[in-house]
Amino acid sequence: MALDGTKDTAFKYVGTTPERPDGFDKVTGRARFGADMIAPGMLFGSIVRSPHAHARIVKIDTSKAEALDGVKAVVTRADFSSALECKPGMDGEIWNTLENVMAGEKALYDGHAIAAVAATSNLIARDAAKLIEVEYEILPHVTDVDLAMADDAPVIREGVTDYSVPKGMHPNVVRCHDQGHGDVEAGFAEADLVIEDHFTTEATHQGYIEPNACVATLGADGKGEVWCSTQGHWNVQKVCAALLDLETSQLRVTASEIGGGFGGKTTVFVEPVALALSRKANKPVKMVMTRAEVFRATGPTASTSMDVKIGMKKDGTITAAKGVFRLQGGAFPGAPCEFTAMCAFAPYNLANVHQTGYDVMSNRPKQAAYRAPGSPMAAFAVESVIDELCNQLGLDPIDVRLKNASHEGTRASYGPKFERIGLVETLEEAKAHPHYSAPLAEGQGRGVSCGFWFNHGGETSVSMAMSEDGSAQIMVGTPDIGGSRASMALMAAEVLGIPYDTIRCTIADTASLGYNEISHGSRVTYASGLAVIKSANAIVKELCRRAAAKWDIDADAVIWEDGYAKPSGPNAGDFEPLHIAEITATMGATGGPINGHFEATPEGAGVSFATHIVDAEVDKETGATKVVRYTVVQDAGKAIHPTYVEGQYQGGAAQGIGWALNEEYIYGEDGRLQNAGFLDYRIPVASDLPMIDTVIVEVPNPGHPFGVRGVGETSICPPLAAIANAVSAAAGVRMRNLPMSPPRILAALDAKSG
Amino acid sequence: MVEVQLWSGLRALVDGKSSVQVEAKTVGEVLTGLVKAYPALQGPIDAGVSVAVDGRIIASALNEPVHPDSEVVLMQRLKGG
Repeated sequence: MALDGTKDTAFKYVGTTPERPDGFDKVTGRARFGADMIAPGMLFGSIVRSPHAHARIVKIDTSKAEALDGVKAVVTRADFSSALECKPGMDGEIWNTLENVMAGEKALYDGHAIAAVAATSNLIARDAAKLIEVEYEILPHVTDVDLAMADDAPVIREGVTDYSVPKGMHPNVVRCHDQGHGDVEAGFAEADLVIEDHFTTEATHQGYIEPNACVATLGADGKGEVWCSTQGHWNVQKVCAALLDLETSQLRVTASEIGGGFGGKTTVFVEPVALALSRKANKPVKMVMTRAEVFRATGPTASTSMDVKIGMKKDGTITAAKGVFRLQGGAFPGAPCEFTAMCAFAPYNLANVHQTGYDVMSNRPKQAAYRAPGSPMAAFAVESVIDELCNQLGLDPIDVRLKNASHEGTRASYGPKFERIGLVETLEEAKAHPHYSAPLAEGQGRGVSCGFWFNHGGETSVSMAMSEDGSAQIMVGTPDIGGSRASMALMAAEVLGIPYDTIRCTIADTASLGYNEISHGSRVTYASGLAVIKSANAIVKELCRRAAAKWDIDADAVIWEDGYAKPSGPNAGDFEPLHIAEITATMGATGGPINGHFEATPEGAGVSFATHIVDAEVDKETGATKVVRYTVVQDAGKAIHPTYVEGQYQGGAAQGIGWALNEEYIYGEDGRLQNAGFLDYRIPVASDLPMIDTVIVEVPNPGHPFGVRGVGETSICPPLAAIANAVSAAAGVRMRNLPMSPPRILAALDAKSG
Repeated sequence: MVEVQLWSGLRALVDGKSSVQVEAKTVGEVLTGLVKAYPALQGPIDAGVSVAVDGRIIASALNEPVHPDSEVVLMQRLKGG
């Protein structure tokens, strides 16, 4: 559905900022999250987790746990499907998911689930879990990405490497993405300055405040229900059915309110385990992860080791760029090496570019998506090198980016030519912003970075129904992780011509609506929004038909304006406009209920770009860093609810500040996670953050009727680099390793001073 | 005929070529045409691909049209967080 050019300047509701529909529920405690569900006769589940990074499971003795009063069921891997097959690369992803939620022959990381128990109280369940005796044969482990690729690294699993990996690489390297165009060596030869450097980033957790939680019921008849905190309940339905040998349609899944996901809740962890326990106990089972379990056993993002080489002429023209990106994604294939590679140089119009990504297994938890998976790390390496080139050549960093910026028609570093994109506009807005020309205080540095993300469409179903009083309800299947219910209502209000607060948008369960892909890829406002517009258009068409029937004129002679059916012109007849409520009041007697629906896989998501400006200061005695000013400039295509869009921009910057300065998974020599809690894994709190200013650029996406582009992920792409460039300028030394924690800053300063 | 550009990691599977020509009027026919011409591409396509047609990334819809003069680029399958 292409951009509707007639709507560009004529919006009535779109672009306004009404109160969020879930606000009252959330501030009064009425909202029901994953852990808030209670079922009659409910049991409580607890999981036994491996204390070892890598160990063969010799024996599991559950007898003492089963003998404990109050214990109703114990499950191990034997209670899940035996029909799934381990396959190379991503072909075996469903088996990988099973292997992650319940270990088979080996414990593959500290925290890997080994067995689970259900009991009449949470306390009994936890006591029973301690009574399950597991005999391990401890194996050598590796948790570092570069060490996992070394010849002497222990092999996590043989036979998982797919076709793409060059011969001779270690079996822990399971996938490779290699791409480029032009002749990079010739390009480097044309450059006046070539810089090649090495960068690393640590694994960081999505840090959602609500732990993973569910209540599951599964009877001996194969019928079940799950209530859970998830970004995609149809995916929960599909995956759980496969892991437990169920018919998909017999499992009904309802998404609770969600206390953050950021990509981390795009898969399953406790849901299939709770279902297996419920099937065995014939009772509902509730499972709520502790924070330590969330850190140890749910997906952080991948850690990286990266080499980037860029050549530049004295006038700022980039002549060639090359990158090698190694991503560690835990003990399973799936680290987003292809996205890191494809996003790395996307902001730039390059004649010569080559990027290679490697997906590497290690003894860590299975990585999960985290906002624009893979892209922020690439931007950190690439934009740091560009910053250093600008420094050494005495060039303005925004001018250089403008000189090389991708635009409509540019052949992207990942292959195709860009449609209409807004990178240049974000750079121009950044350059004109007062922040960019504001003087810096002593000891402060300024950094700039661009960032890129693809965005996504995906399978989408929406249903909409009119009420007799002229109000409307919308059923969408994409959990609201960023304010989508408000955006859906605004888009429906725009089409129907009725007030925003007469529309209620609900996240339907899997039994009430057709299939919907996960809320990921910044797709919801784009894809569900497009489906809402199409559903509302169908309702408008029917409303016009009903008015035409009443007036006894042709349906084509009726138009819809601002909530009223009207004759299209004098020739259509002279009739008083009919308000929507006048038509719906009699709909039962004039043809039946008036509903609309739309199902499709929209394929016009439209990529997006952002430019961030950061000021930081560094205490050279303690190594402490403070971000003192932050400005996000990003192309939203069209901001449906600008306050929510700003929130996405600010949220990406805030999470980026944590990733850049503090957050990291710290593993001991024993391969165990050392900081599985928010006291030791420090996410930014309000006092750590400056006011994050935002500029919404609107370069309409030609693939959406209102011009929408996804905004949820691109905002986390530039921060790592922009902050690193600011901190490097403030410290007077290039920071190549994240997080830039005080010890790392002091070490860098010491190394510089010799 | 439609010319399909491949990422360089696939070249070892298609006799070192950077692009392959196939008879196709839809994205689905592009994929079946590629496998027909080079069966070794079955694995990568099964593992998940997207197809960019004239700059628009088609993540999964096999019925999207392509034309003889379309710019068609095979890409890794897109997803997100």
